[in-house]
Amino acid sequence: MTNGKYGEFGGQYIPETLMHEIINLEKSYDFYKNDEKFNEELNSLLKKYAGRPSLLYFAKNMTKDLGGAKIYLKREDLNHTGSHKINNVLGQVLLAKYMGKKRVIAETGAGQHGVATATAAALLGLECEIFMGKEDTKRQALNVYRMELLGAKVNAVESGTATLKDAVSEAMREWSRRVDDTLYVLGSVMGPHPYPMIVRDFQSIISKEAREEILKVEGKLPAAVLACVGGGSNAIGMFYNFIADKQVRLIGLEAAGKGVDTEFHAASITKGTLGIFHGMKSIFCQDNFGQIAPVYSISAGLDYPGIGPEHAYLHKTKRAEYIPITDDEAVDAFEYLSRKEGIIPAIESAHAVAYAMKLAPTLKNDENIIICLSGRGDKDVAHIARYRGLNIYE
Amino acid sequence: MSNTYFDNNVFNKGKAFIPFLTAGYPTLEATEKLILKMEEAGADLIEVGIPFSDPIAEGPVIQKSSQLALKNGVNAEKIFEMLKRIREKSNLPMVFMAYANSLFVYGLDKFFQKCQELEIKGVILPDVPYEEKEEFEEVAKKYDVEIISFIAPTSNDRIKMIAQASRGFIYVVSSLGTTGVREEITTDLGAINEVIRQTTITKTAIGFGINNPIQAKEIAKHSDGVIVGSAIIKLIEKSGDNYLDAVYNYVKEMKEAINL
Repeated sequence: MTNGKYGEFGGQYIPETLMHEIINLEKSYDFYKNDEKFNEELNSLLKKYAGRPSLLYFAKNMTKDLGGAKIYLKREDLNHTGSHKINNVLGQVLLAKYMGKKRVIAETGAGQHGVATATAAALLGLECEIFMGKEDTKRQALNVYRMELLGAKVNAVESGTATLKDAVSEAMREWSRRVDDTLYVLGSVMGPHPYPMIVRDFQSIISKEAREEILKVEGKLPAAVLACVGGGSNAIGMFYNFIADKQVRLIGLEAAGKGVDTEFHAASITKGTLGIFHGMKSIFCQDNFGQIAPVYSISAGLDYPGIGPEHAYLHKTKRAEYIPITDDEAVDAFEYLSRKEGIIPAIESAHAVAYAMKLAPTLKNDENIIICLSGRGDKDVAHIARYRGLNIYE
Repeated sequence: MSNTYFDNNVFNKGKAFIPFLTAGYPTLEATEKLILKMEEAGADLIEVGIPFSDPIAEGPVIQKSSQLALKNGVNAEKIFEMLKRIREKSNLPMVFMAYANSLFVYGLDKFFQKCQELEIKGVILPDVPYEEKEEFEEVAKKYDVEIISFIAPTSNDRIKMIAQASRGFIYVVSSLGTTGVREEITTDLGAINEVIRQTTITKTAIGFGINNPIQAKEIAKHSDGVIVGSAIIKLIEKSGDNYLDAVYNYVKEMKEAINL
């Protein structure tokens, strides 16, 4: 057992009640990740059910319009359930099944991870319960119904600020109530070890495919890869197989909300400090006494007060850069990509698109960059309409 | 093993009764009065909870009391000031219950130094398991403060390892899940206690879910002490202006029951 440290970050800061099971999870994962049958089944699901490999799409219009580097989109939005979340969920829910678990639980913010977990549980025949902040169940009523349609039970969490961080806390509490037959399927590269490792491994398929494909079509590595960062699962997936390629810039885009100098942001790296929360030592938005701060972003998927420990480490060692993008910039990029390429991105992914719009023109024509388009934007359309002053509800 | 303080001051008057309070609930002034009143009623050790915004080991009652205390502007500094006033009147044993982040962000050296000044000899950290303890213990030792270890119903083959390294006393978690009143406690506490007793002479106290004297008496058979939290917070909540007397009577009754 390594206890999962990335430099000073990571670890296993959880109640004793959960330790036995978290060690069991690590042992099971270490076994099945090398198990032929497990891998065959997972690869088959990724290919035949989720629709992998995802496309590496050359955004010709955008490239022409912006000038500079060629822009590629890694189309995770085309996966089944509409985002990168399915990569991790198929891995973890299949693992739960191999471990003999009967039930999975998960947290969700906007509902992407909840929907993906409910989907995998339906497919693999496991019971599923989702924890979602009460505020989010109101904002994302359609996703609540979607999860129920898939056979999951959705619990509205009323504690704390009734948003994503509270949903994580409540899922941890529920897991400590019922550890024997239940696996907590965590949605991001956060929480106690081994979750940051497991989720990263399952998401690293994004950069594995992207690296192979870009070398095939461009014959060279990208100058930069870009991804939005909340907890950081699509970003670590996009970064992982490029970490050793020192010439490739790894750029994570954080939610600056209404601006990092206001109270309304979720920019953990830009504004946060070192702390211990949700099982990990990492960087969090918090006050001088270590009380976790309420955070804000237009994007519910980035609305988390911390960041995964491996990102904190990549930041500290300066291997990756983390840059804040405001709501306004993200919404502009959301509209821009829709009009230029006919692709409506998730508002989360639009944060990465926004920075690509600034970066591409500063690079040469023979260079290329890849944006992880982590999800599709159908879920955001009504919200963006309201942001633009149209009174549209789903 | 440095258990002397707890052995000689907490577990020296029969089975120990250990009440918990969320510092600042309903107000910091009330907490101050409650601590002194609980001492009068026979409490052997008081667990002073430093409220945290996201307490993952707590059930709804302590969550709510923590939120309320934070809303009232309570923080570690104010709690230290309140305890300083207590120390002018009483040398009753107290420990802190806090989440790792409250200590970590405040500064471990600074925090444990405060503990030493206030004669707080132990700190209970519900989100710091055996694997992460050293970071805290290393600093705590310098100031003569013990990190109290937990043993849970799921600890199984971890019990010996934890018991062997335990200091101060051992907090035995009675049930799965979070803190909060339970009708029934089904864990085989006798079996857990037996393994602990084969391993160490460190005293034990059982907590989570305990609320009435009959239940406490039964539980106390398997430990040297009983910890009660949520039931006291609930009692404070429902007693209104009468909370001091209500808590006094409750603590007295519980202390008697576990020593019958």
